[in-house]
Amino acid sequence: MTPWDMTSEHLLRELAPQALGVVARRFRDFVAAEDAVQEAMIAAFTQWPREGIPDNPRGWLIQVASRRMTDRVRNEIARRERETAVAREVETMAPSVDIESDMDPDDTLILLFMCCHPALTSSSAIALTLRAVGGLTTAEIANAFLVPEATMAQRISRAKQSIKASGVPFRLPSPRERVERLAAVLHVLYLIFNEGYASSVGAHLQRLDLAREAMRLGRCAKALLPDNAEVAGLLALMLLTDARRAARTGPHEDLIPLTKQDRNLWDRAEISEGIELLAAALSKGSVGMYQLQAAIAAVHDEAARVEDTDWPQILALYELLKRVSPSPMVTLNHAIAAAMVHGPSKGLELLRTLDADARLAGHYRLDAVRAHLLEMVGDRESAIEHYRIAAGRTTSIPEQNYLISQAARLADNTKGPDTSRRVRSRSSSPPHPS
Amino acid sequence: MKYILMMNTMRAGQGLPNWSTKDLQAHVAFMKNLNKDLRESGELVAAEGLSFPEQAKVVRAGKDGAPITDGVFPESKEFLAGFWIVDVETPERAYAIAAKASAAPGPGGAALNMPIEVRPVMSGPPPEML
Repeated sequence: MTPWDMTSEHLLRELAPQALGVVARRFRDFVAAEDAVQEAMIAAFTQWPREGIPDNPRGWLIQVASRRMTDRVRNEIARRERETAVAREVETMAPSVDIESDMDPDDTLILLFMCCHPALTSSSAIALTLRAVGGLTTAEIANAFLVPEATMAQRISRAKQSIKASGVPFRLPSPRERVERLAAVLHVLYLIFNEGYASSVGAHLQRLDLAREAMRLGRCAKALLPDNAEVAGLLALMLLTDARRAARTGPHEDLIPLTKQDRNLWDRAEISEGIELLAAALSKGSVGMYQLQAAIAAVHDEAARVEDTDWPQILALYELLKRVSPSPMVTLNHAIAAAMVHGPSKGLELLRTLDADARLAGHYRLDAVRAHLLEMVGDRESAIEHYRIAAGRTTSIPEQNYLISQAARLADNTKGPDTSRRVRSRSSSPPHPS
Repeated sequence: MKYILMMNTMRAGQGLPNWSTKDLQAHVAFMKNLNKDLRESGELVAAEGLSFPEQAKVVRAGKDGAPITDGVFPESKEFLAGFWIVDVETPERAYAIAAKASAAPGPGGAALNMPIEVRPVMSGPPPEML
């Protein structure tokens, strides 16, 4: 027995997908095995802190989950009023002490692919991944997304039913499917990170840190697929973004844009790790969208002061990103970089190409960027108008406060006699807090 | 993405609806069923029905901060009868749920087609960077 300490919870979570892999394969039932491992996890969370960690924690989890599985099968049999002989046969299916022999290092990877199956909606894939691979409890996941536990339990249960119905076998996808399926996995991890990073404003300290969970899963994916440049790129992107976390919120939970952040607060260790990962990934020669985004984040992170930012390099990276992974959001960010290199008029010209894009119609970011560029060219009235439109369209309160205060700042300066402040406000800050 | 679905169907001074037992039961059963479906689909965050307008008060702070209540409303004033908060993948899904609720049965079992106001809750997902 080892006493329970700060790192134990982490250990327990790492073990969850490994135990699940063994149980799912042994009983050939992913859906039931996932429930059984969840029950074993909850049992571990109650017992281990009190009684200490068993000598073979993974074996313990497998044993407890397998016992639940056996009970389940037995109950099922009783319900069907089958012969007792069958129940005895089930008894022999119960795991022996030599449970480790069933371990397959690919189990966690198989689980990642399953939970992020493209047949699932993104919210179900996120929930299932956090539970089955992340080893989190339903209550923790529900709390992170601010929905009732019963609702989250249903969402997970339905996700598992979809997997069952789709007949995905418990094995790695074929090489043919692999690229598409990996893209789905990376997208789910990216969404988890984004959700955590964007909601990590102020008062939510009681909530599970989804950004950290996403990075943990990213590290796990990186360990399983060490040669994949995009997996490394995604982990680098998360690290290089998360490094700015402490600097992006002010004392009143207000968002602080990149250019106004106190760069001393940036996490140097995360930045170095991210840059190192990215350099190794880029040297592999298969550049993808996560590596490019990480590269952009790295250029920002490497600038000691705002004015040192290498905008021409960021612009070049966005041009590449536009080719590799075109989307209106990328075009929008490209317009910002173009404005920083060639002046705001160039940026505004690029924005006009987005006006007709239905995917971005009514999106606050388009108005927020336009407002910022209009401010840069000195069209104060229009800038105020677009900051206000953007504020009315965002569904994030910190974002809304930021945009309203941008409009208010411009309006104050127009009315106020203090011209020095007007000059200062012309210094460029990014159109969105990040 | 979370949405609130608001059913603004009550009017001041209208009192309890004057429906037959059968119609009332059908209406209640419909609403219960709707909530059950939303729970099972993993989309329900909250659902509440509110008291009748007779119990409504408008409260303002007086000069000393003490509450000043006002409770006689013009008959035309609409009141919130109840609301749902759902967590769904798309706005279209929120509209579909609202349409379902709107078609709750009224007198004689005919669909009420009540107006349901649908608005995003300010807890929106982060802007996607891609």
